[in-house]
Amino acid sequence: MSRYIDEYRDTDLCLKISEEIKKISHKPFNIMEVCGGHTMSIRKNGIQKLVGDNIKLISGPGCPVCVASIGDIDKIIALSELNNCIICTFGDMMRVPGTNSSLIKAKASGSDVRIVYSAQDAVKLAKEEPAKKVVFIGIGFETTAPTIAAAIRQATEERINNFSVLSLARTMPQALKAVTDAKDSRIDALLCPGHVTAITGTGMYDPVVKKSGVSCCVSGFEPADLLRAIYLLTEKHEMDQPALINAYERVVNEEGNVKAKDVMDDVFRAADAEWRGLGIIPDSGLKIKEKYAEYDADKVFDITVPPAESFSGCICGDILRGAKDPADCGLFGRECTPEAPKGACMVSSEGTCAAWYQYGE
Amino acid sequence: MCWSVPGKITEIKGKIATIELSGIKKDVALDLISEPEVGEYVLVHAGYALQKVSEEKAKFTIDFFKGNK
Amino acid sequence: MSIITLEHGSGGKISHKLVQDIFFKHFKNDILDRADDSAVLDISSEKIAFTTDTFVVKPIFFPGGDIGKIAVCGTVNDLAVAGARPKYMSCGFILEEGFPEKDLEKIVISMSEWAKKAGVSIVTGDTKVVARGEADKIFINTSGVGVFGSGDRIGIDQIEPGDKIIITGTVGDHGVAVLGERKGLEFESEIYSDCAPLNDMLDQVMCGANGVKFMRDPTRGGLATTLNEITDSSNLGIIIEEKNVPIKEAVKGACELLGLDPLYIANEGKAVLITAPECADKVIDILKKNEYGKDACIIGEVTEENPRKVCLKTRYGVTRIVGMLTGEQLPRIC
Repeated sequence: MSRYIDEYRDTDLCLKISEEIKKISHKPFNIMEVCGGHTMSIRKNGIQKLVGDNIKLISGPGCPVCVASIGDIDKIIALSELNNCIICTFGDMMRVPGTNSSLIKAKASGSDVRIVYSAQDAVKLAKEEPAKKVVFIGIGFETTAPTIAAAIRQATEERINNFSVLSLARTMPQALKAVTDAKDSRIDALLCPGHVTAITGTGMYDPVVKKSGVSCCVSGFEPADLLRAIYLLTEKHEMDQPALINAYERVVNEEGNVKAKDVMDDVFRAADAEWRGLGIIPDSGLKIKEKYAEYDADKVFDITVPPAESFSGCICGDILRGAKDPADCGLFGRECTPEAPKGACMVSSEGTCAAWYQYGE
Repeated sequence: MCWSVPGKITEIKGKIATIELSGIKKDVALDLISEPEVGEYVLVHAGYALQKVSEEKAKFTIDFFKGNK
Repeated sequence: MSIITLEHGSGGKISHKLVQDIFFKHFKNDILDRADDSAVLDISSEKIAFTTDTFVVKPIFFPGGDIGKIAVCGTVNDLAVAGARPKYMSCGFILEEGFPEKDLEKIVISMSEWAKKAGVSIVTGDTKVVARGEADKIFINTSGVGVFGSGDRIGIDQIEPGDKIIITGTVGDHGVAVLGERKGLEFESEIYSDCAPLNDMLDQVMCGANGVKFMRDPTRGGLATTLNEITDSSNLGIIIEEKNVPIKEAVKGACELLGLDPLYIANEGKAVLITAPECADKVIDILKKNEYGKDACIIGEVTEENPRKVCLKTRYGVTRIVGMLTGEQLPRIC
């Protein structure tokens, strides 16, 4: 029995919550589950089939791999083609297509690309390969950003001078605002990412609730967590009372992880960032501060790539905003498949379209 | 995103802790949490411990419907 | 430390000495000892099963086995799941210059031990050496020949709706055991590769029960991939129950840690059997009496509905698709 995992997968508990949801759900209700991890857990466990016919679960832009822009990928490929460069990346990034290539293809063509489990592994590799330049692809949201920042600080302390990070980190609040403020938004409530919020604290959802009137419930990832969160949101929806709810109390609180936030603030500053399918969202990216410039791959390397264009017919932007479903896309399952992804949502194994395709819809 | 799992700290060696999950042991970095203790459960993500798991608050989801029976 | 050099692959005296001192010494049998260019085999069977495979596993030594053990068991199992009795094997080695001789001998001894246990003879082989960097330590290619006893043929065309799907034991052990040793993903565990020769066990099933329709070993890509291959080839559907798929706790833990799905992780000592419904329980009884089948169980059945799809009924009673992976499953943060 894995503690703090198995209890939340208990069949009786989950089916009971499912029944309670169906009892109280009378009005149509669109909930956006922002986080890719939520999408996966929902689809893998079939949770969308346990909430009754009135509730629709819509996947959102919470997949940092999916929203990495085509230009970002082209830049990474260009870096991988430099002499003496080792690219270290999380496994999720390997298949993301750029304009002409992907990391998996670049590796096959001779680039030194290594999958790592942690940014710390990339620092370790830099120590072991002093003649090479090790570049870590720093992708993720506020869950991962502190780990990347910690790795940069470690490299500074240990005076490792052949390590740098290409920061593609992004932050959630601005994306949530873009999604809920959109004119074609059909979202009534947000299921908020539990592990991002473990770091940031729940305060960042206050403006969303107050200004957009959209309820926010922070949820864990296990089936009982998700079902409970959906129940609590439904309760509020039936009463027309937008609210901020924390349903992941065991790791989430109002202030978050102050130490992790301090580490992030020491290394990163907010910057505009391009989200594949959503365009440029102000202040939604994290770039490395000047004091750590020697660890900033954007400064260490002089790489420019031509502007990139998205595939014609791709409606990822609409899907990431929750305005449309994968089934509404003419390319879904035809030109656009997990083997040959054309857009953000099919790219990562956790993207909306990939989840629909994989788990069947 | 943010694939994280809860593991139990079984040993602390400076800035690294060994966590255990269903018999699997892995070393994780402690840079991001304060005053970790052996026996505590922490969320593990990408090689780092991110947040402590509150034993008391962990019951909230499980006990949520006990009253309704 | 003695290492393999390019001269060991040249065919001259040094080559011959290597072949004698390591391969002939440990693989010893009458056919091999003749040292003919081709092994001449006496086979009294109208049909034979013939298979080939190449082994490039990394790392070459892992908890529960090594590349040599997989080479023997993998070949034997490919023949056994076709319903054949494995008899003979070949093995070709590609060695990287600089590979330690003692590691080669260790692998060859392992192959010899497991060939004996499986009752197969390694009757012919080849050795080549390539320059440093042109191969990763050691690659092994095998081929295998098996014979058939009397009895009905098994095959994918025999499968019908209602047939039961059996797995001979826990899934994901091998892949996790190997992953734990890989640089960058190191974790400690009590998980060992399940690598094992299944021919005796499957022979007992074929002799002891009527109604086995098809068998396959779920190696690369795991159980999910094998089931998808079956639905693709048969144009039928499959439904399995999540709660029936046996997975060790430690394997679950490793998968949680790395963000992997055990259904897609390689196995090297398991078989999927598809049987007529009336003989499924008997097959389970026979499997459970064997050391490699103690955790055997029925996990699902073949259906007419949802052709070419593998469906999984989650523990919550709802169904989802188990798709085919695009490529290798990669550890994720997302």
